[in-house]
Amino acid sequence: MADEENHFLKIEDVSTAFKIQGKYYPAVSDVSLDIHNDEIVAIVGESGCGKSTLATTIMGLHDPAETKIGGKIEFEGQDLLTLNEDQMNKIRGAKIGMIFQDPLSALNPLKRIGDQIQEGLDYHTKMTESEKKARVLELVNQVGIPHPERVIRQFPHELSGGMRQRVVIAIAIACKPDLMIADEPTTALDVTIQAQILDLLKDIQKENHAGIILITHDLGVVAETADEVAVMYAGQVVEKGSAKQIFDNPLHPYTRSLLRSMPQKDSENDDLYVIEGSVPSLQKMPQDGCKFAPRIPWVPASEHEAHPTMHEVEPGHRVRCTCYKNFKFQDEA
Amino acid sequence: MWKTVLRRVLIMIPEIIILSILVFLLAKAMPGDPFTGSIGPHTSAAQIHHLKEAAGLYNPWYEQYWNWVVHLFHGNLGTSFQYQEPVTRIIGNRAINTLWLAVFAMVLTYAIGIPMGLYAGRNQNKIGDTIIRVYTFVTMSIPFFVILVLGLWIFGYVLGWFPTTGSVSATANSGMATTLSRLQHIVLPGLLAALFGTVNIVQYLRSEVIDAKRSDYVRTARSKGVPTGDVFRHHILRNSLLPIAAFAGYSITGLLGGSLYTEMVFSYPGMGLLFLNSISYRDYTVITALVLLYGILNLFGTLLSDIILSAVDPRVRIQ
Repeated sequence: MADEENHFLKIEDVSTAFKIQGKYYPAVSDVSLDIHNDEIVAIVGESGCGKSTLATTIMGLHDPAETKIGGKIEFEGQDLLTLNEDQMNKIRGAKIGMIFQDPLSALNPLKRIGDQIQEGLDYHTKMTESEKKARVLELVNQVGIPHPERVIRQFPHELSGGMRQRVVIAIAIACKPDLMIADEPTTALDVTIQAQILDLLKDIQKENHAGIILITHDLGVVAETADEVAVMYAGQVVEKGSAKQIFDNPLHPYTRSLLRSMPQKDSENDDLYVIEGSVPSLQKMPQDGCKFAPRIPWVPASEHEAHPTMHEVEPGHRVRCTCYKNFKFQDEA
Repeated sequence: MWKTVLRRVLIMIPEIIILSILVFLLAKAMPGDPFTGSIGPHTSAAQIHHLKEAAGLYNPWYEQYWNWVVHLFHGNLGTSFQYQEPVTRIIGNRAINTLWLAVFAMVLTYAIGIPMGLYAGRNQNKIGDTIIRVYTFVTMSIPFFVILVLGLWIFGYVLGWFPTTGSVSATANSGMATTLSRLQHIVLPGLLAALFGTVNIVQYLRSEVIDAKRSDYVRTARSKGVPTGDVFRHHILRNSLLPIAAFAGYSITGLLGGSLYTEMVFSYPGMGLLFLNSISYRDYTVITALVLLYGILNLFGTLLSDIILSAVDPRVRIQ
């Protein structure tokens, strides 16, 4: 177990609620997570589970007029949620870098690649123009883009998807941040490029001693890269532990369902497991009780907790609600 | 960039040729001929036949077309039946009037519309934006000619601040006095036209800014730690002005085309009014010339739009 001092991002009971037609609906509720340097923490879950919302909450990218954020995000000794816009701007890009999914829309179509990478340096460093130019070339090189000299003069639409994702990564690491948040960094890419990008992320993490929050719905990606895993469902963390704990001993019905719906190469059955239903929309989210209950209707209500909390099953391995104890899939029952 | 422009210009040549053939054939199909109106009731059929033959009206259409084109290049568009003057001279006078009014209105439209649209988009749902939106909805829901007539009545007749007809006062004789009189005549119609014209720009720009504010690349910029003001200046501004810039090229066509409504209500002797009158008097030579001119102007307008767009948007440039 890492000691307390080493937690350099400590998320405590963070909730993010969006205003929809005058009412607030929580997209993230009471999430607690610790991230240490030199560690990759994966946040896993289906679309609409609040993964990206959590990431943009850490970055402070929500419009305060339309969101209500609670809890505490402690980063290097200060609570990010109490900082104002100017103070946040000194942290964004400098100490925390964010890598977005869909690299085409994440880049400004009218600006040259070099200028977009340099922008972070303009605000966070006192480098001269020529030093910045040199750093941009170095970054482009580092993320493995061939012909850096030419690419920095090009526009986003002139690059391939994989190259654009590398540019997005170069932007995020420009100021050597201590923490990187990668939101589905490989979703828009094909499998061979995915592996390259993941290797690149791991290399950068080793070089910069950064912590990485890797947001993904792809358990394959998690198995390949993560040290710690948090599984999110309907805005809550339902299970967390080391990657080994989660993959060797998945407990929560949701985690087990996710793992079961992954294709296995040694499986005799060609049909994939399908979790019934879908993640409820913000307005239709059950407010109390086990949020996963509607999707495992064969589990009797008595198995769930009235107010599900996290239970530590072994050191570092926590699971929400009691429904995991006697959980069996429908076809096993 | 230059390749794109060159290609666009080359495409225009066949476009203009096809346009001119179409206009020529349409003119041929119209009732009457160049002698209509200049032939007395006692001219015999044989004489008319003779005149027509001499004028080449029995030649095949492509020969007549060629003659027409040759005349065109010599600046000879025929004589107006209504005014008994060369068409080029009539159009020339009217074009100057229209240009005065249209340039004034257009500059005003963009000078008012762009800041208003940007402001409304940037301060979405705040009080200033609400006021601007009410203004655009009200203006949009009143027919343009009603605005013109109301404006003319209030500022022209009731308050008497501005002249109500014409393009220049008949008593102005020195250069300076003429210019001042011209300005005086275009202020009211120009303002009213701008008032109406800004609505489109404001609405368009507002939604472009709002879209840009929510875009992923703006989120990327913010995640780099770029302050809000700089995000607006460096990322939102240029990207949202893009469609407006392209639109501007096209609206330059309108500079010479003239505004039918404005010129009609203010009896302003411009191109729009000329076109309308020529149609009601069946002044075919003028109509033909104007249709051709409008067609060519439209082609140039789209060309200009494309050039502006390729200058500001790297995505449309041809490699």
